[in-house]
Amino acid sequence: MAFLEVKDIYKSFGKTEVLKGVSFELEEGQVLSIIGSSGNGKTTLLRCLNYLEFADSGTVTLSGKVVSDGKVLKTLKESQIRENRLHFGLVFQSFNLFPQYTALQNVNLALSLMEKERAKKGLAPLYDKPSMEVAKELLIKVGLEDKMQLYPCQLSGGQCQRVAIARAMALKPSVLCFDEPTSALDPELTGEVLRVIKELKESEGITMIIVTHEMGFAKSVSDQVLFMVDGIVEELGTPEEVFDSPKSDKLKAFLQGLNVKEGR
Amino acid sequence: MNVFAKVSLDLLNGFSSSVILFIFTLIFALPLGLLIAFCSMSKFAPLRVVSKTIVWVLRGTPLMLQIFVIFYLPGLLNLFVWPSMNTGWEWFDKTISTRLIAALVAFSINYAAYFSEIFRGGIEGIPKGQMEAGEVLGMTKTQIFFNIILMQVVKRIIPPTSNEIITLVKDTSLANVIGVMELIVTAKNFMNDGLLWPLFYSGAFYLIFVGALTLFFNWAEKKLSYYKV
Repeated sequence: MAFLEVKDIYKSFGKTEVLKGVSFELEEGQVLSIIGSSGNGKTTLLRCLNYLEFADSGTVTLSGKVVSDGKVLKTLKESQIRENRLHFGLVFQSFNLFPQYTALQNVNLALSLMEKERAKKGLAPLYDKPSMEVAKELLIKVGLEDKMQLYPCQLSGGQCQRVAIARAMALKPSVLCFDEPTSALDPELTGEVLRVIKELKESEGITMIIVTHEMGFAKSVSDQVLFMVDGIVEELGTPEEVFDSPKSDKLKAFLQGLNVKEGR
Repeated sequence: MNVFAKVSLDLLNGFSSSVILFIFTLIFALPLGLLIAFCSMSKFAPLRVVSKTIVWVLRGTPLMLQIFVIFYLPGLLNLFVWPSMNTGWEWFDKTISTRLIAALVAFSINYAAYFSEIFRGGIEGIPKGQMEAGEVLGMTKTQIFFNIILMQVVKRIIPPTSNEIITLVKDTSLANVIGVMELIVTAKNFMNDGLLWPLFYSGAFYLIFVGALTLFFNWAEKKLSYYKV
């Protein structure tokens, strides 16, 4: 059984069907990239995994434990949803850092609240050191040791996104999701963010799902690539299979369109 | 005692009523406004309708009229009568007349309605991503409100709130319609002695008070300028 099993996820907004039965599997420590044109349900899929949207049906299983079941989702209590969603972390396209807090406070906030709550409930802490120490180490990991005391408005877009990545890792999610992490950045800033994500894969072995339009990056960082069209998985395979010998016509057309745009 | 000193003292006495009305209106109206704002944003439709209707009525009729209603309606309905002119409570060697209390009630609910709309706009204007970022980090709704949303709302609502608060300083003069001896009416009474200038002089009291408030709000805005929302 795979580490993460996503099975038959359906999601509609009103009459618009956005996800029409999405399934895939992912092994621990692997990276899955999701590619495809805008408006095909990639972001919605990530939002369903993080409980920002409730899937209409389908299941998500993590290490054999069902963490999301479309049939019972709407009957869950807030506390149960909170517990389940902690299996997943999410890095947003627009960072969503908290503007009134420094980089360090951004990373520390949720973790310190969580550790306090765990202590109150008599649970073991997530870390055996103070949350502030953990936050500092995470920021060092993403290369921001000299920016810890700065506010988001004093940071560049790339630095903001790296803070957001550190913040998402603080709660030790089993799967870290990225929703177009470089789409809001100036082209010269995307490199630093992509480098950090790659380093995390190599040094930390974090399981990741990355929605991206950066094909070169997807090819080099992924173990699997998923091509989504119109709410279904059109093609799923290794980067070599997907990029070098695409099977479906839609994927061929999509890749060709990109090459034309990039002038190749 | 020369005339100027006597007038100054009398005006100061009238002004103290205005200031008491001002301070206590804020103490009651700010939290009440927040409560109405939450009701206006409630998922429970009837509560939303009721609170929006109340806001509509309070913003849709003159404050002067509302003062009359609060003062006379309880008597008309045989509920109770606000006691006569010179009864009330002693407070810092000043008698707080029951008329002042009636005015305070009217001011508080009227200003709560205005504040509620400012608060609602401030809360709804916070990008949804802030809430979502807190949610995916496993924070509860309460934690998100107090740790993330509130400070951003405060920063956003300082300019419109200060506007409202400055208006309140001058609106206190409306309390004279039910016989509260506030600043303007005190100044006007000097006309009986043939003195017109105390009326103009009274403007200085408002100006100085509003000037101090303006400095305070500028300071507060500056204090929060280290982040952008």
